[in-house]
Amino acid sequence: MAEVLQFCFSGLTVGAVYALVALGFTIIYNASDVVNFAQGEFVMLGGMVTVALAAAGMPLPVAAVAAVGVAAVVGVALHRLAIEPARGASPVGLIIITIGASIFIRGIAQVVFDKQFHKLPAFSGDTPFAVLGATILPQSLWVLGGTAAIVVGLHVFFERTLIGKAVAATAANRLAARLAGINTTSMMTLSFALAGAIGAVAGILVTPITLTSYNVGTLLALKGFAAGMLGGIGNPLGAVLGGLMLGLIEAFGAGYLSSAYKDGIAFVVILVVLFAFPRGLIGKRSAERV
Amino acid sequence: MKTPIRLVSLLAAAFVAVTASGGHAVAQDIKIGTVLSATGPASFLGSPEEKTLRLYVDKINAAGGVLGKKIALVVYDDGADPTKARTFATRLIEVDKVTAMVGGTTTGTSLAMAPIFEDAHIPFISLAGAVEIIEPVRKYVFKTPQTDRMACEKIFGDLKARKLTKIGMISGTDAFGKSMHDQCLKIAGKYGISILADESYGAQDSDMTPQLTNIKNKPGIQAVVNPGFGQGPAIVTRNYRQLGITVPLYESHGVASKSYIKLAGPAAEGVRLPADALLVAEQLPKNDPQRAVDVAYKQTYEKATGEPVSTFGGHAYDGLFILVNAMKRARSTDPAKVRDEIEKTKHFIGTDGIFNMSPTDHLGLNLAAFRMLEIRNGDWKLLQAAR
Repeated sequence: MAEVLQFCFSGLTVGAVYALVALGFTIIYNASDVVNFAQGEFVMLGGMVTVALAAAGMPLPVAAVAAVGVAAVVGVALHRLAIEPARGASPVGLIIITIGASIFIRGIAQVVFDKQFHKLPAFSGDTPFAVLGATILPQSLWVLGGTAAIVVGLHVFFERTLIGKAVAATAANRLAARLAGINTTSMMTLSFALAGAIGAVAGILVTPITLTSYNVGTLLALKGFAAGMLGGIGNPLGAVLGGLMLGLIEAFGAGYLSSAYKDGIAFVVILVVLFAFPRGLIGKRSAERV
Repeated sequence: MKTPIRLVSLLAAAFVAVTASGGHAVAQDIKIGTVLSATGPASFLGSPEEKTLRLYVDKINAAGGVLGKKIALVVYDDGADPTKARTFATRLIEVDKVTAMVGGTTTGTSLAMAPIFEDAHIPFISLAGAVEIIEPVRKYVFKTPQTDRMACEKIFGDLKARKLTKIGMISGTDAFGKSMHDQCLKIAGKYGISILADESYGAQDSDMTPQLTNIKNKPGIQAVVNPGFGQGPAIVTRNYRQLGITVPLYESHGVASKSYIKLAGPAAEGVRLPADALLVAEQLPKNDPQRAVDVAYKQTYEKATGEPVSTFGGHAYDGLFILVNAMKRARSTDPAKVRDEIEKTKHFIGTDGIFNMSPTDHLGLNLAAFRMLEIRNGDWKLLQAAR
């Protein structure tokens, strides 16, 4: 039984990061219909900027906050400089722009930082907790707790604040939102900033466990996108569910079936799910969004 | 309409002029090519290799060059992508027309480039680990690092001495990890080692606890061997301690750099690995023939770059000087003649060991080239003198 629990811990920790990446995808997709493949770079920036600032002598919490700020600014710049000028482009064109942006950000990071792997100290020590024969790192609890806090925070933001409702309105129907006096462009920029910040938080939380380097973003973007598809792209709850499920499938696949094919197993499960539920586990309300 | 066309033809003319004059200026130099993974997942191998080559080519040129000519180093970065490496290899041969090549950071890129140099009859000294690069022997392909098979032999020898015969393996699925895994499996029987658990992980994975849990739960395992390079082994090591596995952990020479100790942190304490004498240059006994070479390279590299020395740069040092010595002996830069002399390399003391090449052995190192190290107090500790 201990191993089941161990696989769960492993899967949930990894899955929480996928969930945060998928959430970033969702926020931007809802606001602007763009599938932003630079989402993984925000995670990278969160980790790398924190590492760099901490190495320069900044206290860790300050460095972390600054890193979130940097990622948010990069998100805004991505929208203003790359997405907004190409407003009329086809969805495929926009996707390719984000892929280009991700390569660009990675290239800059490689020059500004370096090409080595880096780590951050764990927030509350490296001594694992033993739970019924399995072990979990304190940092994993930080990752899970951080993810939960972000999900709750986003829910409150979208449901309880005026700005949040304006973003939600922009997502639901851009024309109607604009007629109601909402500055939809600003709301989209805000979404990019938000997605950047969430990505950065994920990067900071997970770096003490997984290490980071300038090129960790690509794989995370792919996994996060897969998680988003699994849950149903455009649905925040689906994103979280998809992320956690993907993490668990990987962990149990590696543990019980074959560690060599664990990524393959995960993608087979996703394919099967998408055959059964073409819009993901929690499908989106309207299909007519072009 | 006219202006752009004129502009384009003007640019084209200028481009031709520039490349033509560029070709002239270096025609007198000896061109040595190198394709390295200075960026990408193997950058911590490729980057010290590049710095070493540049550093020592400058030194050689400052001291008057080779055969009265200067060496011109042509460097390409393949980002650890075998496809890119192939393209650059072709470019080195067809455009740059190099005399020889010292490079190929990873097993994957080296294997991709080997047939190209073999077909073009240009000597290629690889800096990658796997035995497959030189076995079966290709006429023009050589390498300097100890092979993965030797690493398995060294580890199994140590296990046998400690009377640990039942092991688990967790291997990276990259070319290096896979090749070493296969070599270990092949020779395990010879050392009386039985492999009870055989797990793997992807090169970019960030969590190996499920695989290690399976190893932990296999009864009777006395030690674990982890072939791999990059950040993977660092995460394996951390997960290993997190799960509270207490049997000895062996890493490969693929992690023989300080960054592994830094990334794995206290979890690396007590880990053993076979590695170059270079890492423990100052701990070598005074009468060790490699001591002088290792200490000199270590001090030169650390002074020039401000980074701690790693064995990977040492591979490049050995490759460069095997080539330069061969050119000197051949009194020629003709690729075929240089090749013949590389093959005749005898008693060359490098950072990796003492090289004695032959037509059937394009590496020329024996097991003495590996030392068994243990990580203690965040540093390498030499366990035994070479036999």
